[in-house]
Amino acid sequence: MPAAIELHGICKRFRSLGGRPSTTLKSAALELVRGRRQRARERFTALRDIDLTVEAGRALGIVGANGSGKSTLLKLVAGIYRPDSGTLRVRGRVAPLIELGAGFHPELTGRENVVINGIILGLSQREVRRRLDAIVEFAGMREFIDAPARTYSSGMYMRLGFAVAVHLDPDVLLMDEVLAIGDEAFTRKCADRFAEFRRLGKTMLLVGHEAAAVERWCDEAVWLDHGVIRAHGAPHKVIDLYRQAMSEQESDALARSYEQPMPSITVAGATSEARDRWGTGEIEIERVRLDDTYGHERYVYTSGEPVTIRFAYRVRRPVDSPVFGFAIVRNDGLWVYGTDTTLAKVAVPALGTAGEVKVTIDALGLVAGRYVVDVSVHAADGTPYDYHSRRYPFSVRDDVAERGVAKVHHRWHIVPDAVSGHP
Amino acid sequence: MTRAFKELLAYREILLILIWRDLKTRYRGSVLGFLWTFLNPLLLMIIYSLVFSVYMRVEIHAYPIFVFAGLLPWIWFSSAMLSGASSVVDSGTLIKRVPFPPQILPAVSVTAALVNFVLAVPLLLVFMVAWGLPIGWSLLMLPLSIAIQYVFTLGLTIVLSMLTVRYRDLQQLLANVLTLWFFVTPVLYPTTMVPARFQALLMLNPMAILVGSFQDALYGAQVPSLWPLMLVAVLAVAVLGVALAVSDRMRWGLAEEI
Repeated sequence: MPAAIELHGICKRFRSLGGRPSTTLKSAALELVRGRRQRARERFTALRDIDLTVEAGRALGIVGANGSGKSTLLKLVAGIYRPDSGTLRVRGRVAPLIELGAGFHPELTGRENVVINGIILGLSQREVRRRLDAIVEFAGMREFIDAPARTYSSGMYMRLGFAVAVHLDPDVLLMDEVLAIGDEAFTRKCADRFAEFRRLGKTMLLVGHEAAAVERWCDEAVWLDHGVIRAHGAPHKVIDLYRQAMSEQESDALARSYEQPMPSITVAGATSEARDRWGTGEIEIERVRLDDTYGHERYVYTSGEPVTIRFAYRVRRPVDSPVFGFAIVRNDGLWVYGTDTTLAKVAVPALGTAGEVKVTIDALGLVAGRYVVDVSVHAADGTPYDYHSRRYPFSVRDDVAERGVAKVHHRWHIVPDAVSGHP
Repeated sequence: MTRAFKELLAYREILLILIWRDLKTRYRGSVLGFLWTFLNPLLLMIIYSLVFSVYMRVEIHAYPIFVFAGLLPWIWFSSAMLSGASSVVDSGTLIKRVPFPPQILPAVSVTAALVNFVLAVPLLLVFMVAWGLPIGWSLLMLPLSIAIQYVFTLGLTIVLSMLTVRYRDLQQLLANVLTLWFFVTPVLYPTTMVPARFQALLMLNPMAILVGSFQDALYGAQVPSLWPLMLVAVLAVAVLGVALAVSDRMRWGLAEEI
């Protein structure tokens, strides 16, 4: 079977906003009068040298960060943009499901809008009329179809737009992040429809932040990064690579907040600008970092991984029996856990003038989310020498979307036919 | 250019449905509904007749009919130009999301305005009968004038609609230009009132010739002089040709710029 979509050496550049020529006649005329030459058009490359073939009947998912060129690729295949170079061939009728309900007119009824939208998307008048009932039925809008579209909720708008799109009877379906619309019943209907498309051997191109959708629906996946294909292959492999790169990127971004210059130490409440650091300053905490099990600095962890919190201290004036503490706080302020050397019954040796503290967490039992670490050193009576609050963020990822905060270690035993609670 | 023209034909179903949408939405939600089509030229006719015929006493037989016969083609032209120029920008969401030849949008504006024009002509004929003016065979010349004006207006609006995407203030400029253009076009006064040394200037204005031909065929009950009309026809075809070539060149940039 011939390929449904073929791209060879596709490049697409956009004029970037900064280098845009005048957008009004007035400014164009002014530029002319002042003799200012139009700035050379700065161009931004959205796609670079893309080679991609999708066999007929295959579903290809495209993952990538915002601005990686996913939507541009989709619009090229849809025929909305034209490539600057390279060749592009699409066989069969294309249904672009790019932002649904485009062109719905608020004053017209749902029925009228369906007819117009269907024709704009390439159906003939007769084809639309024949499918009208099925479309209305699919959208679940029988009672409202003769009311003007301005009375619709945004959900109804989307549902109707989607219903039109999936009834186009296309050979190639292009989808831009539209799987997550409507309520559960509607989502299931969409899923059925996709399954049917797959059975009928339609070619699909799916773009999404939702890697899960790509994993579920696609035979193969492509990872786009800054306009270049970084990986192409089985969905789970591509998505693993993509996720790994994303967490590395996030970790680097988080690391930057650890490098920010520390505010000088102040007595609690003395100044307002030092809200993330206070204390009397006998002992100061200097460099805080999180290390993974290999001793590499890292700020994105998978739930259950070991983590080490490390920080250096410097003694300014020797004190008796200092206490070190740490806490983990969720980014919405929820206190997850806090302890110190006294509570943990750890004997603090003589500190000397400087040194390092390491707290090793064997398994980071947290549900996926964003957290911060607080670290402190204080006197036995609780007077802080140096307290660093909400300065050190990290992120926890997980394959499963569990609820709550703490990942409570547990096992399940399901025992059928047990007569009482204890066999 | 030929491709742009073929597309206009190939997408006629979209063209028709969008015209239908245009007409339907224009009058839905307003109390007077379709009467608006007639109301605007009627009110203008009454005001101009009052000012020029009663106050200023211009000696023209059946002045209100004369003005009405000139206003109808002019309103067709100016309303098509205004809505056509902004048509591509107004339908930006469509252009960005659906592969779609953009020259269809100005064609919708021009055609919808033509429908309004055609619907108003019977009203003019009723007035003529009521006034006792003869309705001549010259009426048969109307389709020719309509065709030429259609091609001319279509060409201009296609170019304007695409330029407006880049230069948004073109819209305001156009509104002003149309106001001035109206006064130098013999709508309120017959060509014969223009002094001889300015007659040549009139011939440079295609709308003067077109509006004149409508007034001749309707109010004057005489066949308009064909020579000038043919020149306008040649110009109109040339303008449309250039417009389609321009649209071929500019269309791919539109989805990115809107």
